Amino acid sequence: MKVVKIVSIVFVVVLVGIQFVPTSRNQSDVVPDNDIMTLYSVPERVGSTFKTSCYDCHSNNTKYPWYNKIQPASWFLERHIQKGKDELNFNEFGTYSSRRQKSKLKSIGSQIADGEMPLSSYTLIHGEAKLSESDKKIVIAWVNKMIDSL
Amino acid sequence: MVTITATSCKDTKKEKEHNNEDGHHSEMESGEDQHEEGMDMHDDATMDSSHDMMGNDQNASKSAALVANYLDLKNALVADDKNAAAKAGGKMVSSFNSFDMSSFTSEDQDELKDIIEDAKEHAEHIEKSPIDHQREHFDVLSKDMIDLIAITGTDKKLYQDFCPMYNNKKGAQWLSATEEIKNPYYGSKMKSCGSVQKEIN
Repeated sequence: MKVVKIVSIVFVVVLVGIQFVPTSRNQSDVVPDNDIMTLYSVPERVGSTFKTSCYDCHSNNTKYPWYNKIQPASWFLERHIQKGKDELNFNEFGTYSSRRQKSKLKSIGSQIADGEMPLSSYTLIHGEAKLSESDKKIVIAWVNKMIDSL
Repeated sequence: MVTITATSCKDTKKEKEHNNEDGHHSEMESGEDQHEEGMDMHDDATMDSSHDMMGNDQNASKSAALVANYLDLKNALVADDKNAAAKAGGKMVSSFNSFDMSSFTSEDQDELKDIIEDAKEHAEHIEKSPIDHQREHFDVLSKDMIDLIAITGTDKKLYQDFCPMYNNKKGAQWLSATEEIKNPYYGSKMKSCGSVQKEIN
C-alpha cells in the first residue's frame, strides 16, 4: 500500500509540476499579406471551410480550446500545430513558389478527398470542423480550378 | 536530340507491337500478358552514357545520382513495392540535399531551388506514405524531375512517358530508361498503359 501511496504522490507532483512548463502559443494579430485569402479570390464557402476546419493547425493563429491551458494537452497541441504549419501554412501561402503552391493545392485536394484531413483526432473534439460531402466537393473543385490557373 | 511522339494510350498499342522485340502487348485492363519481373532488373540499371549530347557534361553528371534514385523509385512503384519505393524516396531526399548547383547561372539556380524545394518535399512524403500516396507524390515529383533535367541535362538516355488515365484522367508523366512502357502509377494492374511522349538524349 505504501508503494501505491508513493507512486500517486509522485504522479500528482509531476502533474502539478508540468503545469509550470511554458509552451508557446500559436497566436498572431498581424494581418498576413501572404495569406491565401489575400492573394487569391477564395469563394466565401471555401474560405470559411478553410478557417473552421484547417486554420487551427495550418495558420499562425489557433483558436485554442480551454484545455490547452492544461499540460500535457498543450504539448500535444503545440506539436501538432508545429507539424501542421511546417507542412502547410495558409498565412504564408504567398511565400511559396508557384510550383510549391500547386503542390500544396494538390495535396489539399487529395487529403480532403481521402478523408485524411482534417484529422479525426481533431474533428472528434471540433465537431464543427468536420467536412460534409458537399463541403468536400466544393473545396476540391476550387482547388482543382486553382491548380489549372496557376 | 529530342523527338516528340504524342500518342494516346490506344494509339500506342499498334505501335508497341512493332517495338517490343517479343511482339507481346497486353490490353490495358486485362493485365493477362505480364512481362516477367526480371526484366526490370537489367533495363533501368544498365548505364548507357554513350549518348552524351547535352553539351554540358559537368552539369549533366550532377543529376546522375538523382536520376538513378528516381529510376529506382519508379521501378519500385512498377513492382508495387512500397518499401523499396520508400527507401528510394529517402535516397532522393539526401541526393537533393547534396545537390551542388554552384556551376549553374543564377537564373537557373533560382529555378533549381524552387524545383528542389518542391521535389524534396514529395520525396520525403514518399518515404513515409502508403503506396497510393507515394504514387500521388510521384506524379508531381516526376514533373519536377523533368523540369530539373531540362536545366541540368542528363548523361542517360531517358524516355518521357505519359499515362492518360492517372489523376482522374488528367494524366501523369514519368521518366524511364527503357522504351518499353511499364506504368508506375498502376503497377501490375495496368503495366503497359501509356506511351512515350518524348525521348531525352
